[in-house]
Amino acid sequence: MSELIVSAQAGVPTAESGPMVRAEQVHKSFGPLEVLKGIDLEVRAGEVCCLLGPSGSGKSTFLRCINHLEKINAGRIWVDGDLIGYRERGGKLHELRDKEVAAQRRAVGMVFQRFNLFPHMTVLQNVVEAPVLLRRAKKAEARDRAAQLLDRVGLGDKLGAYPGQLSGGQQQRVAIARALAMQPKLMLFDEPTSALDPELVGEVLDVMKDLARDGMTMIVVTHEIGFAREVGDSLVFMDGGVVVEQGNPREVIAAPKHERTKAFLAKVL
Amino acid sequence: MSVETETPERARPEPIQAVPVRHPGRWVAVLVIGVLVAMFVHLLVTNKAFNWSFMVDNMFRPPIIDGLKGTIALTILAMLIGIGLGIVVAIMRLSANPILRGVSWVYTWFFRAVPRLVLAILFGNLGILWSRVEFGLPFDRQIGALFGIQDFEARLFGFTAVDILTGFVAGMLALGLSEAAYMAEIVRAGIQSVDEGQTEAAQALGLSRTQILRRIVLPQAMRVIIPPTGNETIAMLKDTSLVAFVPVSTELYFQLKAVGNRTFQVFPMYVAACLWYLVLTSVLLVGQYYLERHYGRGFGRTADARNRLQGFGVWGRSSGGAGGA
Repeated sequence: MSELIVSAQAGVPTAESGPMVRAEQVHKSFGPLEVLKGIDLEVRAGEVCCLLGPSGSGKSTFLRCINHLEKINAGRIWVDGDLIGYRERGGKLHELRDKEVAAQRRAVGMVFQRFNLFPHMTVLQNVVEAPVLLRRAKKAEARDRAAQLLDRVGLGDKLGAYPGQLSGGQQQRVAIARALAMQPKLMLFDEPTSALDPELVGEVLDVMKDLARDGMTMIVVTHEIGFAREVGDSLVFMDGGVVVEQGNPREVIAAPKHERTKAFLAKVL
Repeated sequence: MSVETETPERARPEPIQAVPVRHPGRWVAVLVIGVLVAMFVHLLVTNKAFNWSFMVDNMFRPPIIDGLKGTIALTILAMLIGIGLGIVVAIMRLSANPILRGVSWVYTWFFRAVPRLVLAILFGNLGILWSRVEFGLPFDRQIGALFGIQDFEARLFGFTAVDILTGFVAGMLALGLSEAAYMAEIVRAGIQSVDEGQTEAAQALGLSRTQILRRIVLPQAMRVIIPPTGNETIAMLKDTSLVAFVPVSTELYFQLKAVGNRTFQVFPMYVAACLWYLVLTSVLLVGQYYLERHYGRGFGRTADARNRLQGFGVWGRSSGGAGGA
């Protein structure tokens, strides 16, 4: 089943040629408020990177910068070698057109805290919509793939249901399938389990673990320390718009070096 | 105490049979309303001025039926112009382009400020401005003069203003353009009611701006847009009577009034107008119910639409409906 997700990507991840995501000195302000104060980050292909930190630390904002839902004020972000949001020509940055930005986003799947499923469409339509509209696949083909993906996230029997008829955990799994239907190189998760009842968190994490095992490159903003420890290849702890500490999740969680990390983990664990 | 909890089947307590609260206010209300209704029926039956047989005789005559058709056609066409143009104006208003936003604002400002009656009469008299209306290169004469050509004309087609810009078309344009201003505000409210997360999710999938609007935002906005649009359609149906002043003769109110004036039976024909508008409005209400049900799918709130109709007594009231003294 793993080929359902990974094989259709542009070959094996371009691990040789460089990291899947590279961020350099990313700054972002909302008016006078500076939310990101120079973030540097590298995520290799196939890596699961967990972003941890207190609320307001800028981790969700940073995630949204990666697919240009937020425009950054300074710095650069590359996804698989492509500069996000701009074209560099003659030492000058040119803004990309809406269409070009949209094309870049197709390579990056995103899962939101509040699911954001399309409530007027059935589960199947939710998953089929983008590939068909963007002519990625013929309708029948897209339907087959969507049904397979939904089966994989354990919702093969809910194709005709509307999102409003599903539990939070089921909705989030549909949202994951919807993002996967575009065959992204990279998946961004913005606190995917924060809006869920505690008993539903597990089913979503299971799907994400499955995905990680298949070699999907993932950046996950989460408060699930257990997930970070078990699945994460790297952990980035952010606070106040800067990266405070990063490293192997098991080492950082077991023995945080920085005072701020210690204080945060003491509260969360 | 423990004995009770251990018995597998506890005896079921006898059902409550309490004396219900009395509502004397309801009986008083029934009495008062009963008397008022009786008085009204008495008026309808005994007052000769109603002249029912004359009214029934006349309200189905061919000129009235033609007027009825005209009213329905005018309502549909004006609403089509209103909705189509309204969506365009609303999208302009929400656009990132400041010029489009400004144009949209001025349009809404103008057409909401001028009363429909005045607008209808104004449009009926537009023929005064031009004897002929022609389409082609704008300022063609001035451009010609610039290059030294006398009477240079670059026009594709045209028509005599009084042929087109009077009567029905003038009335339709006045009502349609005015409606577009109101519809624009309704559509804008509908678009803004859709959660921001919907647009973000669609953007993240790589959909373009127009795809998001057409496939994700507008269908959801329809849920909010339909009920006030129903109201607008009903209001439009009634406002078609204004075009009698354009003047338009193929219109229900004009025809009924004409019969009344000709026969000196004015009052019965006004009553006939009331009845015709009641019938048409009732038909529209049923149509609105089905539209709301269609666009409410996935929200499990279609009961709301049904309740609206129940309020008008079209659907029988369910037992759980709102009661109260």
